[in-house]
Amino acid sequence: MSVKLNTRQVGDVSVVDVAGRITLGEGSSALRDLLREMVGKGEKKILLNLGDVSYIDSSGIGELVSGFTTVTNSGGQLKLLNLNKRVKDLLQITKLYTVFDVHEDEAGAVRSFA
Amino acid sequence: MRENKNHAPETLEKSLDSTLESVDSAEELAVGVAQRAGFDEDDLMKIGMAVRESMVNAVVHGNRYNAHKKVRLLVTHSPERFTIRIADEGEGFDAASIPDPLAPENLMRTSGRGIFLIRSFMDEFEMRHREPQGTEVTLVKYVVSK
Repeated sequence: MSVKLNTRQVGDVSVVDVAGRITLGEGSSALRDLLREMVGKGEKKILLNLGDVSYIDSSGIGELVSGFTTVTNSGGQLKLLNLNKRVKDLLQITKLYTVFDVHEDEAGAVRSFA
Repeated sequence: MRENKNHAPETLEKSLDSTLESVDSAEELAVGVAQRAGFDEDDLMKIGMAVRESMVNAVVHGNRYNAHKKVRLLVTHSPERFTIRIADEGEGFDAASIPDPLAPENLMRTSGRGIFLIRSFMDEFEMRHREPQGTEVTLVKYVVSK
């Protein structure tokens, strides 16, 4: 399976449930396209739930950075939720863990956008 | 870390097309050999990711998806070392020209982390120019008996 993206609304926060692989090709481009589309619609509060991401490569990491920059530059906020050990380790060794606002609890993450 | 359980040495050699499907195949093949060699889950993840990043470099940056160019994958292991060689037929590039992805000014770059990750996950990494053209990378994971 490549990547599966499902968007839902919790209050004024758009939560994107990401499942599968964020790797070079379909996986990373699908995420990029979705985030650009959301920014294009004026969405400012975006929470990426990465709990079901089974694999992410350097291209996928690049897409997270790209998404963060795109959302921030449009005046919005992009935060991360439910990182598994693998994704967390990757963000830590690439020194990106502190760049992102990372949450383990959805309700708390949603509240943090206020 | 690999458990020492009398695993028979295995050699795998493949010539792969310059496609993203080959990236998946190479990762799967190398991880399969590593699994049979007795590496644990953590090392299998590291080996798989290092192979994936190396294959992406070979297919995308080396052979530039050229259908006439192949990527050669060679996986071998001895009692001490698990070695993967990946060679493309591209024009080569200077790894030293890749900016340090951990430097504060580069943290928000969207690319340039592949070789850094390979170095992080493997015990040895070497890149050399091939004649008449191409780049070959050698990735080594040490076999440590429990």
